[in-house]
Amino acid sequence: MRTRESTFWTWHLLAGLVILVALGIHMFVMHLSRLLGIGGDGGVLAWSSVAGRSTSVAFAVMYVVLLGAALYHGLYGLRTIIFELSLSERAEKIISTLIVLVGVVLFVAGSYGTIAFYLLLRGSA
Amino acid sequence: MPENKFLQNKLGLMGWISGGRYGIERYAYTLHRLTGLGILAYFVLHILVTTSRLFGEQAWQTVMGFLESPVFRYGEFLVYLAFAYHALNGLRLVLVELGFFLGVPRQPVYPYTNSVRRQRPVLVLVMVVAAVIVLLGGYEFFGFPVR
Repeated sequence: MRTRESTFWTWHLLAGLVILVALGIHMFVMHLSRLLGIGGDGGVLAWSSVAGRSTSVAFAVMYVVLLGAALYHGLYGLRTIIFELSLSERAEKIISTLIVLVGVVLFVAGSYGTIAFYLLLRGSA
Repeated sequence: MPENKFLQNKLGLMGWISGGRYGIERYAYTLHRLTGLGILAYFVLHILVTTSRLFGEQAWQTVMGFLESPVFRYGEFLVYLAFAYHALNGLRLVLVELGFFLGVPRQPVYPYTNSVRRQRPVLVLVMVVAAVIVLLGGYEFFGFPVR
């Protein structure tokens, strides 16, 4: 069965809400930590801090969820913007395929980075 | 594929940007798309940059050192601005899309009101919240010495 466009749009909306929470946490940690005096001496981008977050299951899960939701939301948004130019059906099909491909490749790369790093640090600890 | 094919966009790129005599929400929408595209471009790079941690501490520090230059710092703050705007305006869009703040249909009795005007305070409210987030983040970005 073909998924209706409105269903994709609803997912876009739901992904937006997921991002609002997860990216809210991410931005709070990354950009308000010095103001609030959390994150250690070297700051949130120091290797020890990065490794600390990466060994936490909660952070690893949040990164993968955020990655998936943000890729879907961003790429679907891009597709919507492009499709507003009233292209031919064939052009739309090609663009949809390309966007799905880019999304899958980035999702695999990003989640591989997160999971492999988590396992690497867990293995060496 | 979009099912609605009978409304053709004859304005091309102008149809994306120009809101004509529509209200400020129409320009909020243009800015929402621009910030969305900006964040998407940053996000792709962000995935690649953060994956560099797989190559160990040395590689990570090289990449982070490269990103400490003023160009990247100001660029990153621009993305932060885009994030604050897009997140808060997006929250408003979700609420309006789901039917909040629009009120119920009523007789057009003078002084006329409409759903857009009824939900306008929400736009002001979310922009105030976005401004607070930008001020706090801006202080963190520029109020502390570069490491």
